[in-house]
Amino acid sequence: MEAYLIAILIVTAIYVLLSLGLTLQYGLTGLINFGHVGFFCIGAYAAAILSTAGSMPIAVGLVAGMLLAGLAAIPIGLVALRLRDDYFAIVTLGFSETVRLVITSEGWLTKGVQGIPGIPKLIDGVGTGPALMILALVGFANILAVIAFLRIVKSPFGRMIEAIRDNEDAVKALGKDPARFKIQVLVLGAVLAGLSGGFYAHYIGYVSPDQFLPIVTFYVWMAIIMGGVGRISGALVGTLLLMGFLEGSRFLRDLLPFISAVEMASIRIGAVGLALILFTIYRPQGLMGDYTRRK
Amino acid sequence: MKLALRDISVRFGGFKAVDGISLAIEPGTLVGIIGPNGAGKSTLFSMVTGFLPHGEGVVSLGEADISRDTPFGRARRGMVRTFQVPREFAHLTVRENLMAAAPGQSGENLIDLFFRPGKVRNEEDAIRREVEETIDFLKLRAVADVSAGRLSGGQKKLLELGRVLMTKPKLILLDEPFAGVNPVLIEELSGHIRALNQRGIGFVIIEHDLSALSRLVSVLHVMDQGKLLASGAPAEVLARKDVREAYLGGAA
Repeated sequence: MEAYLIAILIVTAIYVLLSLGLTLQYGLTGLINFGHVGFFCIGAYAAAILSTAGSMPIAVGLVAGMLLAGLAAIPIGLVALRLRDDYFAIVTLGFSETVRLVITSEGWLTKGVQGIPGIPKLIDGVGTGPALMILALVGFANILAVIAFLRIVKSPFGRMIEAIRDNEDAVKALGKDPARFKIQVLVLGAVLAGLSGGFYAHYIGYVSPDQFLPIVTFYVWMAIIMGGVGRISGALVGTLLLMGFLEGSRFLRDLLPFISAVEMASIRIGAVGLALILFTIYRPQGLMGDYTRRK
Repeated sequence: MKLALRDISVRFGGFKAVDGISLAIEPGTLVGIIGPNGAGKSTLFSMVTGFLPHGEGVVSLGEADISRDTPFGRARRGMVRTFQVPREFAHLTVRENLMAAAPGQSGENLIDLFFRPGKVRNEEDAIRREVEETIDFLKLRAVADVSAGRLSGGQKKLLELGRVLMTKPKLILLDEPFAGVNPVLIEELSGHIRALNQRGIGFVIIEHDLSALSRLVSVLHVMDQGKLLASGAPAEVLARKDVREAYLGGAA
């Protein structure tokens, strides 16, 4: 039970990095990024390939994953930020699917659908001790990310991205170029997603293309909507809540033994979907309240 | 800084919303543009400020041809606009709205933000002082910490004026600053505009409220069906028969 709880917390901490990135992109800047998983995937594969076939230290793979994910965001930004919000959403969704298809078909590098097994653990060993160390490591990355996040939010940069979210034309009319800010926000979110992917690969120990379906992106969306859009506390609480629903429904099976494993997988997604619907009806601002109720 | 428009046209499909307008706005003057609904006034503004990329003609500011500049590039040259429907940053406070408008902030650069925090802090302090002056000038003190989205229509117009002032403009284009504003606030806004004009800032104002506008401006341009119908001193222009027919529907 204890090991299980630590495992859930580690996965939560990995997802928090994704939620923070999306909070920056959507909650503060208003960018509808439906391709978050693409950057997560790039980070995971960079870490996986470099630490296995590349025999590089884990840290190198993590940093490379962040850089590659951030780099991948630049062309997306340049092309897509000229588009209207909804088209941007579609382009990013297309991007993440493209990443997945490239990884599926470039078998010489990624081992295709077979995936890459045997990715070294962040910290070797079995049992509670190493697991706690891993949690501490990912948790430390979370703390650094939160500190950087707060620094950005409470700065002129943070003020400007919120202004862009509220009215982009007014920002242009004041002599500032919204695209410059949006590209940076896209890159920052991608770097966080890349790091998250690297941690994920080293934690799970195995990556394959079917772990990077668009559902991952939408899980992160669900987390920030349930927690409260545009708030750091919303990202943290929402991610915990999401994991509660995803993992908690596993225990449901002990209570309802007549449900098969396959049915259970569907019920999990159904449970999260129901929670999302209930939230949008009864608490649209999320648990922690969203940016519209700040003052 | 002189604003000169030469042969400005804007087409929407087969419809010419603005049809061959040429006019010059002398530096530091107060100029009004009137015309019936659909005359093309706001379209002209959007074309001049770069928000309509498909217009034809030459826009020049001072010596520079700015016809190909981006909207933010034109604003940086000192020509800023407001919008017919106020575009406040609804979820920022009045104070934050004004601070966001200050130009050239190194805190908007992530590298400076993390590696030159002292510089960013000093700039913020300077901007904050300037914002306090603007708040006092526009009498927005009571709502300084209120989300801009909660302001009344008139207060939003004041805030928009304050925001463009923070950019230190040479020429301000106001799109219907008096629309939906109560008479007391109209007088106040007019007073602000006069005071700013005396400091050398030029204004071009689109307005339907003829009485408030004609008391304010020294030159009035009349647009009708995308064309310039008349230009001159307000009293002269408003006395013209063709203007009265176009604007007042021939009732006079």
